[in-house]
Amino acid sequence: MTLHDFPAADRAVLDRAVLDRLHARLVDAAAAEGSLDVSYRNLDSPVGRLLVAATPAGLVRLAFANESEDEVLATLAARVSPRVLRAPGRFDDVASELDDYFAGRRRSFDLPLDLRLAQGFRRDVLAALPGIAYGTTASYKAVATSTGRPGAVRAVGTACATNPLPIFIPCHRVVRSDGSMGGYRGGPAAKQTLLELEAAP
Amino acid sequence: MSHLPPFETVVADHGAVVLRVCRAVLGPVDAEDAWSETFLAALRAFPSLRPDSDVRAWLVTIAHRKAIDGYRARKRAPLPVESLPHEPSAVDAHEPIDDRLLAAVDALPDKQRHVVAYRYLADLSYAAIAEIVGGSAEAARRSAADGIATLRRSYAQNSYAQNSHAQKESR
Repeated sequence: MTLHDFPAADRAVLDRAVLDRLHARLVDAAAAEGSLDVSYRNLDSPVGRLLVAATPAGLVRLAFANESEDEVLATLAARVSPRVLRAPGRFDDVASELDDYFAGRRRSFDLPLDLRLAQGFRRDVLAALPGIAYGTTASYKAVATSTGRPGAVRAVGTACATNPLPIFIPCHRVVRSDGSMGGYRGGPAAKQTLLELEAAP
Repeated sequence: MSHLPPFETVVADHGAVVLRVCRAVLGPVDAEDAWSETFLAALRAFPSLRPDSDVRAWLVTIAHRKAIDGYRARKRAPLPVESLPHEPSAVDAHEPIDDRLLAAVDALPDKQRHVVAYRYLADLSYAAIAEIVGGSAEAARRSAADGIATLRRSYAQNSYAQNSHAQKESR
């Protein structure tokens, strides 16, 4: 079958298919030679459409639908590298672990994380968060204390609010001392969904 | 200070144009490899591109170099039958419009083919084209005019068939 067998109306569709194939080939060649610095894809989840991005070192960013995808990618281009490509085929393990997590079959993630978007004390806070067990919560104050800076409650709140890898780094388990939920980068509804998922027997 | 966009937007914005340029300059057989080499080379060099650059002209410059390299490589290799140049007289008025035009473009001398593709497919200025193919902007404009005149002669031989195709296939 050749191009001649198709009417012109189908050509744009064919070109789209050719460009999709060439795009996939570009991703493979770039990854193989080490010139793909940031890859990303979208995933659907019970907390809405997610964007996940990775460097060769590991996952570098998860964004919820309440953030502009263009802005998230522009920030990655500016702060990590502009060599950014959509690469859905490179996230099979991430998609599978997230599926298991949302189905209640997985309680922690076994994926390399690249924390370069968090620095200083914020990074220390993120490092402490995996210590909060699945199905439990800790207060902002308790997290501040665990990092050796009991007075830094607001800074813990900022670290959670700017967590580049929510869900994977469980900032949703940090709540207010009075038991109320507190804010969340993905919005309060997403936080509630995650806490309810983890509270399920 | 402005930043470079994610490379994905470069592929999304210019991928189709570069594919059309590669097809016009190299023919459909070599176009896909040229596209791949162009975007891989562009991705490699992207971080050092100045954010205010004309990205399309930059991509076409890379594609042009790849096309020249590919042409030289093919001249050294045995010439496959399919890539023998089409004679303008061999253009079939009953073929779909794009193929007849591509065949006529394929029959142009190299310089005219490049300039016509960069002007009319990539929409580059003659100044930008002159930087890519060498010579002056005025010389590029003359090459394009010569190329278009040849295309008019070879492509418009059967205006009835052309019009009926154009009406049927216009989007």
